Amino acid sequence: MPTVSFREALNQAMDEEMARDERVFLMGEEVAYYQGAYKVSQGLLQKYGDRRIVDTPIAEEGFVGIGIGAAMVGLRPIIEVMTFNFSLVAYDQIVNHAAKMYSMSGGHYYVPMVIRGPGGAAHMLAATHSQSLESLYAHIPGLKVVMPSNPKDGKGLLKSAIRDENPVIFIESEMMYGDKGEIPEGEYTIPIGVGEIKREGTDVTIVAWSKMLTRVAGKAVEELAGMGISAELIDPRTIRPMDWDLIVNSVKKTNRLVVVEEGWPFAGVGAQISHEVMQRAFDYLDAPIERVTQEDVPLPYAHNLEVASLPSVEKVVKAVKNVMYQNGK
Amino acid sequence: MSTSTTEVEQKNTSSRTMGLPKKTLLKWYDEMLLIRRFEEKCAQLYGMGKIGGFCHLYNGQEAVSTGSIGAITENDYVITAYRDHGHAISKGIDPNAIMAEMLGKSTGTTKGKGGSMHLFDHRKNFLGGHAIVGGHLPIAAGVAFAIKYRNEQKVILCYMGDGATNIGSFHESMNMASLWKLPVIFIIENNRYGMGTSVERSSAVTDLHKRAVSYNMRDAVIDGHDVLAVYKATKEAVDHAKRTHEPTLLEMRTFRYRGHSMSDPIHGHYRTKDEVESQKKLDPIELFADILRTEGLADASYFKDAEKRIKKIVEESVTFAEQSPEPPLEELYTDVYRESTGE
Repeated sequence: MPTVSFREALNQAMDEEMARDERVFLMGEEVAYYQGAYKVSQGLLQKYGDRRIVDTPIAEEGFVGIGIGAAMVGLRPIIEVMTFNFSLVAYDQIVNHAAKMYSMSGGHYYVPMVIRGPGGAAHMLAATHSQSLESLYAHIPGLKVVMPSNPKDGKGLLKSAIRDENPVIFIESEMMYGDKGEIPEGEYTIPIGVGEIKREGTDVTIVAWSKMLTRVAGKAVEELAGMGISAELIDPRTIRPMDWDLIVNSVKKTNRLVVVEEGWPFAGVGAQISHEVMQRAFDYLDAPIERVTQEDVPLPYAHNLEVASLPSVEKVVKAVKNVMYQNGK
Repeated sequence: MSTSTTEVEQKNTSSRTMGLPKKTLLKWYDEMLLIRRFEEKCAQLYGMGKIGGFCHLYNGQEAVSTGSIGAITENDYVITAYRDHGHAISKGIDPNAIMAEMLGKSTGTTKGKGGSMHLFDHRKNFLGGHAIVGGHLPIAAGVAFAIKYRNEQKVILCYMGDGATNIGSFHESMNMASLWKLPVIFIIENNRYGMGTSVERSSAVTDLHKRAVSYNMRDAVIDGHDVLAVYKATKEAVDHAKRTHEPTLLEMRTFRYRGHSMSDPIHGHYRTKDEVESQKKLDPIELFADILRTEGLADASYFKDAEKRIKKIVEESVTFAEQSPEPPLEELYTDVYRESTGE
């Protein structure tokens, strides 16, 4: 199996889908002549020309809306936002228009569109450029939200998202574009809404996605193994629809759950996961569910404060020990 | 406004029907009358509590939808804001389905999911009915983007009120439509007030069509009471767009007789009764009837008969709507996500 970077995997997904379907085009800031702000679209302009790889003015509301209109009459837009922080400028288009169109038109029009780009904190970018907004989008019926954690899933899920008949919010990570991983040879897709057990375990279930999975929870699991704690690590890969059965069944086995997310605690994705597990596996739980989230503040610039605010391996280990009643009281 | 109206009155005595077939002209008259009577009925039903939510009536503005949609074909697209009954009727959507939608019935345009503000019909290339001011302008540009992408000879007419010209999406849509030469005709229906705030109190430049200058876009200002003037200007813009894919901004000066929505007073504190009454004297349907009479295309018996025919259509739509079933509860979860096959 070839080894590629995350950005190469995403690039391959777009390239392959554009080759197989004339209706697919890529639009966004700096996607064409600049070759992508994070080089995800590198080389696509040369291959497909500026009819299908379209640089836009700095006008997220406008070009997300253009994607919606184009999708309504049969095209398959991939709209790149330079970061998901900027998608908030287009929140009206995404929430009031893309998400509503199919239902509100009684099925007359639908919006097969992908809105993709990086989300989450990078390094000292401060409050407006570091947000994890998946819960904001997952809240909205009509939207799907996908957050891959590795190149293989990134490629397979992006291809599925492009072929999906609904608006899909596809959140990548600035910090992960250089991550390398093996991908299958040739054509493959990964279905939206199906999670994966990354590592089997018996003592506790840890749910984490995207950067939190690879940078935080994955490392915590290693550390916990050294302490004799066997953690089962689940990557839901899709935030909405969530693979509830995978999580619930795991908790029924381990009887303990820790959810790790980069976003804020209030009304976060972990809150929803906790509720679902409480409803469906209450009698299986041996401890209250723990959540590890970013601190409930706008992310500061200073490095030490930034680190203190974000989830860490130590915070996850501590949360696991809490649900194992091993922190001592 | 008063200047162009005087022009209309002066021209009524001359031949000004542009060689259009009598059949077309009479169809336009009937259509405007249908919109007027249909909405008078809506007002009644709203008062009786049969129509819910917000209901924005088009009374006084009929010449705009009729004249402009008269300038396009079935294959061309229409998108508009929430004052959408007139455009829907002009685009050929069945009044029965529109009335059923307003009553929240399963036979409505969107099966009772959208209501008055969100009429849709893909068979008629009618893309809504949008209730967030300015929200549909980028979508219109997107439809035009798709037309150009596929190199089709089509256009989209995108209607908005004067109030929409001050929201950010207006600027973004106008800029990209012009920058990329997208075949969209933006039509401002300037009825002088965004809800209760006049153009003078909301816009630094009150000649709204002049906004086009900032985008290097073609523009024109039209007497929106005159269905023939509306048709002529739109046809010119549409023909140009089909030839070149270039957009145009049209400002139609018009007036709404009713309040902003059914829950608002007709004039309230923001405009005078005199203003409303004097505008009603320039009624687009009456003006057009005068032209048809002067040109010998219709006589008193035609107008009398038209009233009867239209009344029947409206009555039938109400009967149809009232007799239609409510949406079944299973409809609650349909059309939220479209099934995807992965192909």
